Amino acid sequence: MKQWFMLTVIGSDQAGIVSGLTGALYQAGANLGEASMARLGGNFTIMLMVETQTDEAGLRRLLEPLARAKQLHIHIDRIEGRLHEHIEPNVRIDVHGADRPGIVAQVTAALTAAGLNILDLDSDVGGTADKPIYVMVIDGHVPGGLKAILPALETVRLSGIEVKATAIETLVG
Amino acid sequence: MARLPVLVYPDERLKRISNPVTEFNQELRDFIAYLEETLRAFPGCVGLAAPQVDRLQRIVIVDVSSKPDIPHHGRLILVNPEITERQDEAVGREGCLSVPDYTGNVARAGRIRLRAQDAHGTMREFECEGYEARAVQHEIDHLDGLLFLDRLVSRRDLFRRKKYK
Repeated sequence: MKQWFMLTVIGSDQAGIVSGLTGALYQAGANLGEASMARLGGNFTIMLMVETQTDEAGLRRLLEPLARAKQLHIHIDRIEGRLHEHIEPNVRIDVHGADRPGIVAQVTAALTAAGLNILDLDSDVGGTADKPIYVMVIDGHVPGGLKAILPALETVRLSGIEVKATAIETLVG
Repeated sequence: MARLPVLVYPDERLKRISNPVTEFNQELRDFIAYLEETLRAFPGCVGLAAPQVDRLQRIVIVDVSSKPDIPHHGRLILVNPEITERQDEAVGREGCLSVPDYTGNVARAGRIRLRAQDAHGTMREFECEGYEARAVQHEIDHLDGLLFLDRLVSRRDLFRRKKYK
């Protein structure tokens, strides 16, 4: 019986991680679902949905040669597939400023209290080593829309974080 | 009247280029009524193009009047539409009746000027901005065999464009 797994892969960034991983999975008859892959700092990170007849141990054995050759850490979790259930975001929150500890915690605490469900979050550290800047973009869904999170963001702003929220009005045509 | 079946990607028929309308007769107006009825059957949907219902002609309907607080022209029936001017660029999220359960970010002109005939063949001109301009561009793309999938931009790219342009 086919089952879904979430594959988490982390390694020092180098060319060939994605093709090596997906090639091995394809040759073993696995099917891929949704994925998020990004270079974070000097690391390459993968979250990948995989559907396969193989069990967890089989999947581990299959990926072992690649993991050894490329020095990758692989973590495997059994999951439910639940594809075709996308939730449409209705707000976007842009945050940026001088990097310091606590930005994400403060912003998301305020947003969570206002009822926001985060669907997607990207953040980068830019600037220079002595003057790093932090940039974060969140797409989320909140019952009540933009109005529901504006007071929360005002509080965050008072603490010196630059944050901007806009409504996402998805056009369907 | 009847609702028309909507083609769904990856149906190859969505990739074809539509032909100009040359005959402005009752049959055309009947079809436009069906097209509008089909559009109205999907609450929240703001536009529909003839090729989405497998009619390969340059006809679209756009109606964004259900969205609050935006400038619009009400229901627009655009036959042989042609965008004559594009200004500004804005990124927004789009989905499509022909692409279920997927939405993505697309860059479009923020303001457009366009020329189109109505259901009787009379040439008209419009200036559209913002959400309505986006809807018109999305629908006209269908006439050229293009889906919003052909124009996706990633969110990270998006941010960089905005910051450094």
